[in-house]
Amino acid sequence: MSGTRTGRISGDAAPLAFNDNPAADARQPRSVPAGTQSHRLSSGGQIDRKQPLGFTFDGKKMVGFAGDTLASALVANGVKLVGRSFKYHRPRGILTAGAEEPNALVELRSGARREPNTRATTAELYDGLAAQSQNRWPSLRHDVMAVNSLFSPIFVAGFYYKTFMWPAKLWEKLYEPAIRRAAGLGKASGEADPDHYEKAWAHCDVLVVGSGPAGLAAALAAGRAGARVILAEEDNRLGGRLLSENGEIDGKPLAEWLAGAQREIAALANIRVMTRTAVFGVYDGGTYGALERVNDHIAVPPAHQPRQRLWRIVARRAVVAAGAIERPLVFPGNDRPGVMMASAVRSYINRFAAMPGRRVALFTNNDDGWRTAEAVQRAGGTVAAVIDSRGVVPEGCRGLNLRLLGGVVSEVNGGVDGVRSIVVRDAGGRTQQIEADCLAMSGGWNPNVALSSFHRGRPVWRDDIAAFAPGQCPPGMVMVGAAGGDFSLAACLREGHAAGVDAAKDSGAKGKAGAAAQGEDEGFAIKPLWHVEGGKAFVDFQHDVTASDVKLAQREGFESVEHLKRYTTLGMATDQGKLSNVNGLALMAEATGRNIADTGTTIYRPPYAPVAIGALAGHHRDENFHAWRLTPSHHWAAARGAMFVDTGLWKRAQWYPIAGEKDWLESVTREVLAVRNGVGFCDVSTLGKVDVRGPDAGTFLDRLYINTFSSLAVGKARYGLMLREDGLVYDDGTTSRLAEDHYFLTTTTAKAGPAMQHLEYCRQVLWPELDVQLTSVTDQWAQFSIAGPNTRDLLKNLCDPAEDLSNEGFPFMGVREVSLRGGMRARLYRISFSGEMAFEIGVPARYGEAMAENLMRAGAEFGVTPYGTEALGVMRIEKGHVAGPELSGTTTADDLGLGKMMSKKKDYIGRAMAGREALVAPDRQVVVGIKPVNKANRLRSGAHVIPRGAAPGPDTDQGYLTSVCYSPMLGHWIALALVERGRERHGEIVRAYDPLRGEDMEVEITSPVFYDPEGGRQRG
Amino acid sequence: MRIACPFCGERELGEFTYLGDAAPKRPSAFAADGAEQPDAQDLFFDYVYLRDNIAGDMDERWYHGGGCRSWLTVTRNTTTHEIKAVGAAPGAGAQKPAKAGATS
Ligand SMILES: [Zn+2]
Repeated sequence: MSGTRTGRISGDAAPLAFNDNPAADARQPRSVPAGTQSHRLSSGGQIDRKQPLGFTFDGKKMVGFAGDTLASALVANGVKLVGRSFKYHRPRGILTAGAEEPNALVELRSGARREPNTRATTAELYDGLAAQSQNRWPSLRHDVMAVNSLFSPIFVAGFYYKTFMWPAKLWEKLYEPAIRRAAGLGKASGEADPDHYEKAWAHCDVLVVGSGPAGLAAALAAGRAGARVILAEEDNRLGGRLLSENGEIDGKPLAEWLAGAQREIAALANIRVMTRTAVFGVYDGGTYGALERVNDHIAVPPAHQPRQRLWRIVARRAVVAAGAIERPLVFPGNDRPGVMMASAVRSYINRFAAMPGRRVALFTNNDDGWRTAEAVQRAGGTVAAVIDSRGVVPEGCRGLNLRLLGGVVSEVNGGVDGVRSIVVRDAGGRTQQIEADCLAMSGGWNPNVALSSFHRGRPVWRDDIAAFAPGQCPPGMVMVGAAGGDFSLAACLREGHAAGVDAAKDSGAKGKAGAAAQGEDEGFAIKPLWHVEGGKAFVDFQHDVTASDVKLAQREGFESVEHLKRYTTLGMATDQGKLSNVNGLALMAEATGRNIADTGTTIYRPPYAPVAIGALAGHHRDENFHAWRLTPSHHWAAARGAMFVDTGLWKRAQWYPIAGEKDWLESVTREVLAVRNGVGFCDVSTLGKVDVRGPDAGTFLDRLYINTFSSLAVGKARYGLMLREDGLVYDDGTTSRLAEDHYFLTTTTAKAGPAMQHLEYCRQVLWPELDVQLTSVTDQWAQFSIAGPNTRDLLKNLCDPAEDLSNEGFPFMGVREVSLRGGMRARLYRISFSGEMAFEIGVPARYGEAMAENLMRAGAEFGVTPYGTEALGVMRIEKGHVAGPELSGTTTADDLGLGKMMSKKKDYIGRAMAGREALVAPDRQVVVGIKPVNKANRLRSGAHVIPRGAAPGPDTDQGYLTSVCYSPMLGHWIALALVERGRERHGEIVRAYDPLRGEDMEVEITSPVFYDPEGGRQRG
Repeated sequence: MRIACPFCGERELGEFTYLGDAAPKRPSAFAADGAEQPDAQDLFFDYVYLRDNIAGDMDERWYHGGGCRSWLTVTRNTTTHEIKAVGAAPGAGAQKPAKAGATS
């Protein structure tokens, strides 16, 4: 912000000498080689000359000082050329001293840590920093793609759209890669990021964004009053523009006042200062996104420290003092290296003691720009001329010995080594040439309104400052100082203080905020100058959009600002139009004969500044991409070498390979045969488990399921099916009645979470009158299915001998608590998914591993075999039991062959809608079995079912194979499928057509139950 | 966005799941006299599918799955996301059942 305009020169006003001969300066550290830092001032600035830092730019060794940015170190070393532009590959130099920099984008670091598009103006210098320029080949000085510039008449706005329109299919393969090669920014490393990023929350009463005079005044006022304050500053030190200007606050030089303010802030325990932290977004409920660059200022983060930290800051109130951004002037040659923002010239001189030029010309349309002339003179430089388009000397500058030229800059001469001279044209069209090696420009200031606009707040045009000021701010936010459109130092201090007091009061703080600090109330006068005719004048430096591109867009009918943006790509580069948007709007307004207020702005969206994907991902990458859940027997299974499969968040044992087995199919087949001929067990703890209690528990379940549970006897289990309210199948599972008012309900693994939510909805919202309570106990029980003809023998070894496990004492679908040998209690359920004689046993989850070991011991004499989810799946397909692939969200109960379960006597979820015409149509696809005609053929899930002789297509498609496996019991591949009118077609030969794998084979439609259709085995 | 759960206090959006408009009331497949509701399908069609597209304040169902597992009724302005009120569903957190037909 420009809060510190003053006509006086405070403090030591002695002109500073150029550091042309460093050896002559006693303060110059010896380690700095002679001849470097040719543009460094010998005193002043906020750099530490005792701490030289070596760095390289495009391999060339240079030296800067602690406190430098990469950009200020380059300026101090006399470097003018830092990059090539995006489209025309024009040579570009450093334009700004802040986050808005469009030109000086470099690749920082090397190898896996290489970071493209880093703004040199915000990259803190560290010893050993290695930076490369971008978008040039073979070198920055000799860039072959600069020929693009010769063809610039055809590279106009909309060029890509027009030229590469047809054939459209070539866009992805040909046009875009070619364009990206020629017109691009830096390259990502392509390697995994070796650093880590973390996320954190913070809460406060008052968030202050920015630490210039307004932000400091707000933080001090709110902090003194006792509010919990977070002061977030994007820079590595507090002060904002105070670091770059001259002037006084409360009668003290800025640096002295700033030091005092920092001491006071440090002493207030309720103020948390977060430097290197950019607030980039505003979200609902007073939540702010911020990125802290924890270790970007050193080469490699220390062990266990993140590179960056993503903050979500919850603030009751926010005072945004984000300052203002100086606007470029649009004139021919305004992109030459050596043309720089006037405020940036002051920053480099005052903060970094680096001189952007020895002979500086200044082109301005407002009072503020003149301060750069003062700064240059004070630093011992020469002001070649001040070109003010208004043609008058501002009141405060009358005492200065400056050469004023009324008019405009109409030409800039120079090349890769910077500006050599400029041409000034007066109102009468007369021109004169002025020698200069740096041209400072000031087109006025744009309040940094971004944070006020993320909730669709529309900025409001103000003629007095020729800029957009904040409109309606999001709830709880206020914008003050330069961000609010009030540029004077006095206004910044006054508004910041008042906002701090108000925000603290709102949060209940009762302390005294003290008096507001006093600064000079200098005026600000501007007369807009939007465009100087005569040559290529850049509006968007990063995307190479010129003034004539904007006019062309208007001629071609793209008059709305949103169209202008997309047609010309103005404001769409990584700087998001921080410098270019207002100039673009003004030119469009001019071209269309509207005023700027009516032309309006494009919508602002977060993030305000680039945020690396790595920071958004945080620790959620690689194996930590999402949380995992481990079954109670996981470590036991892992020790046995089980292969695991991800099932939702769960890792489940998929099969247990043993030495000598050549593939998964061999292992799975062995596991199935071991179960069907002996006994095996499988961890099924992942099924959702819900304890349902209360006198109305039975009624509750009757309303949830299509079948009835209130009639279920205590000590019995029953399979149940739930529908969605739209009549389609939702979930299935067995539910047991443990006592008159106590049921134990299970869901599928996939639906465990959603079903619990659904149950709670039914209980809390639909039927609050029912006296029933639900508890999720999925994680509390380790549950194993034990299956096979020897199951009862194994259980006899496991259970107390007094337990009666006979068919009479423990019938099929029976449930009860039993004592195990050693006295532990367990729940035993006689239910079967495999179709074998089977039980499920449940023990508290912490005994899961011990239970797996006990099952191995108890079944050792019968060759007990642990089996995984693959064998489980094979056995359920052999038995025709439906599962996830059939419960696809498109099937009805009747489609699954379970229509008879639908009770006619009661209401239940989905009952009414299940009767809709299309849901009971006779030609629906229903579950059937599929066998290949040639038994050697392998079936594939997803293959389409089409009639023999029909051409494959949507008209002839009659369904698809849902679940496929190799059946060890049948000795060939089998499948479940959903097939049109399938139940009437058992025995019919159709085709399984799989265009993905190029397969087409004859198959037979069968009953879905392939094995033991009478069910004798599970009841035996 | 932040929601002040009546049981847990103010919590972040990620702990909650959105369901939608709280206005539709589930009809019954049976009339009061126990006979099947002849127009049940139509009533349920409205209940399942038909929603007003409200620009402004709307009562909505939210589930605090990352907290107390309560269903909440949240009055939210759909154009600004401002939350005006948060209440618990009639059966949420209750020790005793609510009376039949309770609504919120
Ligand atoms: Zn809660």
